[in-house]
Amino acid sequence: MNGKRSTFLISALVFGFAFLYVPILLVMIYSFNEGKLVTVWAGFSTKWYVSLFNNDGMIDAAWNSLRIGVMSATLALALGTPAGLVMSRFGRFKGRTLFSGMIAAPLVMPEVITGLSLLLLFVTLEQLIGWPAGRGIATITIAHTTFCAAYVAVVVQSRLSGMDISVEEAAMDLGAKPAKIFFVITLPMILPALLAGWLLSFTLSLDDLVIASFVAGPGSTTLPMKVFSSVRLGVSPEINALATLIIVAMSVMILISSLLILRSERNRSRSSASAEIQP
Amino acid sequence: MLVPEAVLDRAHEDVHKTQPWNNPDAVPYIRFENVTKKFGDFYAVDDVSLDIYRHELFALLGGSGCGKTTLLRMLAGFEEPTSGKIYIDGVDMAGVPAYERPTNMMFQSYALFPHMSVEQNVAFGLIQDGVSRAKTKELVAEMLALVQMSKFAKRKPDQLSGGQRQRVALARSLIKRPKVLLLDEPLGALDKKLREQTQFELVNIQEKVGTTFVMVTHDQEEAMTMASRIAVMNEGVINQIGTPFELYEYPNSRYTANFLGQVNLIEGVLIDDDEKYAIIKSEEGNCEIYIDHAVQGHRGMTFWAALRPERLRLTKEAPEDTKYNCVSGKVEEIGYLGGISTYHVRLESGKRIKVTEPNSTRQIEPRYTWEDTVWVSWEAGAASVLNK
Repeated sequence: MNGKRSTFLISALVFGFAFLYVPILLVMIYSFNEGKLVTVWAGFSTKWYVSLFNNDGMIDAAWNSLRIGVMSATLALALGTPAGLVMSRFGRFKGRTLFSGMIAAPLVMPEVITGLSLLLLFVTLEQLIGWPAGRGIATITIAHTTFCAAYVAVVVQSRLSGMDISVEEAAMDLGAKPAKIFFVITLPMILPALLAGWLLSFTLSLDDLVIASFVAGPGSTTLPMKVFSSVRLGVSPEINALATLIIVAMSVMILISSLLILRSERNRSRSSASAEIQP
Repeated sequence: MLVPEAVLDRAHEDVHKTQPWNNPDAVPYIRFENVTKKFGDFYAVDDVSLDIYRHELFALLGGSGCGKTTLLRMLAGFEEPTSGKIYIDGVDMAGVPAYERPTNMMFQSYALFPHMSVEQNVAFGLIQDGVSRAKTKELVAEMLALVQMSKFAKRKPDQLSGGQRQRVALARSLIKRPKVLLLDEPLGALDKKLREQTQFELVNIQEKVGTTFVMVTHDQEEAMTMASRIAVMNEGVINQIGTPFELYEYPNSRYTANFLGQVNLIEGVLIDDDEKYAIIKSEEGNCEIYIDHAVQGHRGMTFWAALRPERLRLTKEAPEDTKYNCVSGKVEEIGYLGGISTYHVRLESGKRIKVTEPNSTRQIEPRYTWEDTVWVSWEAGAASVLNK
């Protein structure tokens, strides 16, 4: 019986992983293809990588995406951390459920609606106060910040809720004022969660096509937009090379952020294991 | 009220120093005045008034949810009373935030700062007060020596055992020389053996530093070993305050009698009383209980005689006088613990009486066995009489 089950499980595993990763693997393999046709193997070569790095449009778009990613992830951290703090530490107040629901809403909002509403906002603002003058990197950064802040808030909140609150009380008891407690005690303790939140935001921003398309302007083409538009003209093996690079970069980042989350989880379970529950 | 006068008389002479609570002129160091704390509709603490004196090791004892921790947290400043006043050393604590109070707390979870070393943890309070670096270093070294943790100064909390963390937490809360040290279940997270050893260490440290300790615990043994006085709490109210001796020998209620140690409670009705004695007739005990002092109450009132298992005598033959303070039954359960044995004796009414006997001489075989008919008897002074 054990043998039967394991055969079934192994085939399920193989099929599942194949379903997920064979297409990606094909892209990676064909990025080293000599020929121009994407579907016919003509020998090994790295020439598409070379031509990718000579494609100024593509490099510009990648640079835009990186800048937007860093800026919006940083802004999202600055906005999302206080939100997470309020959600876990403010105690009960009227409309708390509504408040936390509204913070989490951007996570489930269809991107098309987020994009459209932000576009409308920017256009109205421009008419009313003259800012933002036209759309570009700034508007994309703002747009990405809005939904990334929600992710950061959720990550920070879950970390804070798992934290022993008496650690903060102990600091207060020893003479530290609330603001000082936040910077000297709370912040260092949630640092892994903050890093994970930043990396998550950065990845999401790098990945976004729909919202960016709505609020982008001339000269602010991001990498996903560039890829999408060039694929419409026919798939070039250059895109395969680019995709391979992105996949590698993303994998590294996801690995780092999940390691950070894992470590903070471990610390948490260790500290809570030593702290017995209040009777 | 139910404490015989003789006991109170003896207490008066030169005990004013060691027992300030018996000195009417002593000024309390910590004072709770009609303190009430409500969470929504729930009264966590209900109109508590309590005086604690300087250098005391005072224990708040009670089951979970009895309000003892809330009382402690109000003293620390983490909770504000709904009504009533709290004074420490004569100063009203209303509106004084936790970071400005002359109290420090040792938390049940120890609440050590995980990202700081032992040294940094202990130094934290001094740094908040702006103590110079050299002075801080000196005081921290001194304090770590006191709790025997000098060797571990550079370690992080997660590299320490439970007992070591407890010492660091104690050092951290003592370093500012608080007027009052608050301890929330200080030994709750330690295993039994370590706990017994640490109890005496804590008392020794308290005597060395002379700080007033207020401790919360649910463990009656811990409270009795360590405390100068104990307040027994139940449902937000203080049931009784006294020294461990007073609480054990003269409980004022069934709750206290049950909470501290083991007790047989025999319900009965007062049938005869006088200035010198009282007699309670018990249906369930199937006996008449002779008390060698007066009780407050009228004939026909219901009382409970509280009899400690170790004050009961077990014999195979009936005592000479079977009129008062004795009853027969059958041995139902035997627990042989080596040093002592405990017996559950079933009376005719079905009531079970617990008796413990010291095994002070070596026997060839156990003295009693199951279903033996035995007599349980006690001295006239053994029972304390409770009316609630």
